Amino acid sequence: MSDQVTPPPVAEQARVEADAAATAAAPRITLLTRVSEVRNLGLVGVLAILGIIGAITADTFWTRSNLLTILQQASVIGVISVGMTFVIIGGGIDLSVGKVMALASVWSTTVATQSYGPVVMVLCALLVGMGAGLVNGLLIAYGQLVPFIATLAMLAAARGLAERISKKQTQLVTQDAINNLATTKPLGISLLVWIFAVVAVVGWIVLNRTTYGRRTFAIGGNLEAARLAGIHVRRHTASLYVLSGLCVGIAAIMITSLTTTGSSTHGDLYELDAIAAVIIGGTLLTGGRGTIAGSVLGVLVFTTISNLFILNNLQTETQNIAKGVIIVIAVLLQRRGRQTAT
Amino acid sequence: MKPTTIGIGRREMLLGAAGVGAATVLTACTGNSKKSTPPATTAAAVGNANSAPGKTVTIGFSAPAADHGWIAAIANNASAEAKKFSDVKLEAVQPTNDIAAQIAAVETLINKKADVIVMLPNDGKQLTTVARKAMNAGIQVINLDRIFDSPLAYRTWIGGDNYGMGVSAGDYVGTELKRKGVSNPVIAEVAGIDSLPLTQQRSQGFRDSLAKYGFRVGPRQAAQFTVASGQQVTANLLQSAPRIDAMWNHDDDQGVGVLAAIRQAGRSEFFMVGGAGSANAMREIKADKGVLKATVLYPPTMASSAIQLARLLAQGHGMSDLTQPEVPAFITLYSATVTKENVDQYLPLGFES
Repeated sequence: MSDQVTPPPVAEQARVEADAAATAAAPRITLLTRVSEVRNLGLVGVLAILGIIGAITADTFWTRSNLLTILQQASVIGVISVGMTFVIIGGGIDLSVGKVMALASVWSTTVATQSYGPVVMVLCALLVGMGAGLVNGLLIAYGQLVPFIATLAMLAAARGLAERISKKQTQLVTQDAINNLATTKPLGISLLVWIFAVVAVVGWIVLNRTTYGRRTFAIGGNLEAARLAGIHVRRHTASLYVLSGLCVGIAAIMITSLTTTGSSTHGDLYELDAIAAVIIGGTLLTGGRGTIAGSVLGVLVFTTISNLFILNNLQTETQNIAKGVIIVIAVLLQRRGRQTAT
Repeated sequence: MKPTTIGIGRREMLLGAAGVGAATVLTACTGNSKKSTPPATTAAAVGNANSAPGKTVTIGFSAPAADHGWIAAIANNASAEAKKFSDVKLEAVQPTNDIAAQIAAVETLINKKADVIVMLPNDGKQLTTVARKAMNAGIQVINLDRIFDSPLAYRTWIGGDNYGMGVSAGDYVGTELKRKGVSNPVIAEVAGIDSLPLTQQRSQGFRDSLAKYGFRVGPRQAAQFTVASGQQVTANLLQSAPRIDAMWNHDDDQGVGVLAAIRQAGRSEFFMVGGAGSANAMREIKADKGVLKATVLYPPTMASSAIQLARLLAQGHGMSDLTQPEVPAFITLYSATVTKENVDQYLPLGFES
């Protein structure tokens, strides 16, 4: 792109403009999807290997109820990962997701909130999630705080607030409408899995088929170019964290239903699980590239590993080692994939 | 996500209004005044010679800040018990999870010259020095549950029995399975944090006890004492065994998640035993609608007993049913099994998780 021999400032300007244009243009998108398909193929391979291991080591692995259990276990972290994918593609990171989810679950299950009924509980969880996301977004986009620091601060504050509201006690949900989300099974599949599917599909459409999605890629790919191309960079960046907060709010309702409680202990280390899933899903930690499908596959890989370990009655410590190894292998494979694809 | 071409003024106004509205709704939702937990009433030895009011004694009390129901019950039980005696003055210091702050708090109790100090240390090792300091100053220390490093640091230790919990759970499971005539039963175990000695002791007791019946533990997984981890581990564990005959879950708080997972999987072919003894678990047992049929206690009422012991120590009495004129040095509580039959007796002692 930058093979001109004109003086540096002009060359820089031209390159930047070309970049911005290319990011927004269709051909680049197809190239991106092609590259990411190669990456996702790796993850599908990993899943296939896990499936084979499952078939050999545990006779209940390939049962309908076990596969549905894996999907249900993946659903909460999956929804969070969809939001996280947007944030990371946009060049940021959100470390606060786990504890904001805990805060939303606690806030929406207090005695007072529960007395207003399930609709208010759901609204409360969504508002808390989006509110925390908005604070993150404003601090990062307008307060010029590094995303890592701003969301780390939010993690600490949200945990404190969740513990304060709940007095560190487990809050039982007495509203059956909420608890039943996890036990209702349209077409034999848990409602939580359906929610995950809807969030993933909507996320995919927004990311790949709308201006909003293209702008997200543009900002994460080259902030300056995006700004020069006329994108409201700050506003867009802030909105990414609100979007992540919305996903966290949805996840809070799901975990509340799954555990029938709100608790400040929910969502411990979910930020790491979500980031790991997004990264092994092929999204660049530096932003500008990534796919929802990859993140979903990443979540499924981790959940399947957990499931495999428990089916074989292995203890959880070893699971974490396996997760670590898989992250490294996936990233190494990606790098090779990228080199061969470009 | 949103079109960016709408007039900004109107949209910002709408957003602002939505924000204000959201804030109002949210602040209305932080209220959390549960119906106050009635403090556990123990069957205190009211009526024997020792219960007659004696010289007034000052009992210092220090415990960690309540980070879960069990610790909260410890503090509640201690103050409720002290109120029952007209001759007991309880000096409860600010509960804290900070080691240094607890040391400082105990030092103020020493300076105030309390007659006895009842202490549940944040960490037995790290509070040993200050406990010895109290003992050296002539203040008798009652060590609650988490034991000090040195016997010189306490006059009397009273606490729960983790190994015994496992034994009680194993006995209930073993007896029930024998009664039902199940041969080769699948017995599952959902443990707490595996790296803690208390979890290892509980599991050891469970294994040893089951061995008496010729049974052994099948699928075993460790959760994190949290509801979410209980749900996650159990949902997967249930898939590993299409048929389970019995399950022991170490902790009633994570048990809420365990029960949720069982309900979501639509499983009901087995019975489950809980652990610790939360009021919620006891209500489930009493209702007798789900798989939870029993729970083995690790009772926070030990704090009530500690106050009684402190009073006896300060007044120079022994435990009147025993021959010795002094209070014993070491008291391990029995881990009772609560079932539908005796739940009414224990329900007032259960703690809110």
